[in-house]
Amino acid sequence: MADAKADAIFRALADPTRRAVFERLARREHAVKDLTARFDVSQAAISQHLSALRKAGLVAHRREGRQAFYSAKRAGLRPLIDWISHYQSFWKDHMQKLETLLEELEE
Amino acid sequence: MNTEQETQSIVVAHELPHPPEKVWRALTESKLVAAWLMPNDLRPVVGHRFTFRAQPIPGWDGVCHCEVLAVEPARRLSYTWRGGSDDATHYGSRLDTVVTWTLTPTSSGGTHLELVHSGFTAKNAHAFDMMSKGWRSMVTSRISDVIAKDDS
Repeated sequence: MADAKADAIFRALADPTRRAVFERLARREHAVKDLTARFDVSQAAISQHLSALRKAGLVAHRREGRQAFYSAKRAGLRPLIDWISHYQSFWKDHMQKLETLLEELEE
Repeated sequence: MNTEQETQSIVVAHELPHPPEKVWRALTESKLVAAWLMPNDLRPVVGHRFTFRAQPIPGWDGVCHCEVLAVEPARRLSYTWRGGSDDATHYGSRLDTVVTWTLTPTSSGGTHLELVHSGFTAKNAHAFDMMSKGWRSMVTSRISDVIAKDDS
């Protein structure tokens, strides 16, 4: 389950422009029109990239009047490296293996 | 060490029908530990430094750097568990935790085994540090895996 989430994030970041947009948003919030100017692509293309990032939980947006502002959701990267849940399942799995080993091990 | 920061622990307990002495062997003999946990060069000697080598996962090379903190035969074993290498510049190096095994004999001659993996901070759960240098190469390397999966 966590893997599916991670895959969605990697897929969203697979595109170099999207990755650059995400990095820029990680520094500070941007209006869509500023991003369009910065990356020299159409507003439609930027909107598509932003939508892909949003679906992966990587960016948040808000409206102010007619302008849309985007910022990176740093916690969105969490599924990539959630040590606590990683180790929780890790230790449970290995505890089972320990039990099996002990059954095979002579007294 | 880290009194201001709140830390979280993982606790896993298990009842085993085997006596503590036998469980202790499985926890401390390098070969046996490798059979159920990971390749290692563990020795139950306080101060001994060793590593566990796990499967790398995204954002981590899979190497745990450990140092034995406490050894009480058939009762308690404790070691540090640090992700990444000491000179790693990526976020993996931030994992600075402690693993403690406690063995308690049960009335039926078995062992109550408790594992406490402590010292996780909010940083370990959230990926704030991924914004720094390291995340990019990790993303790039993982992307090819994802694409390969799609092709199959």
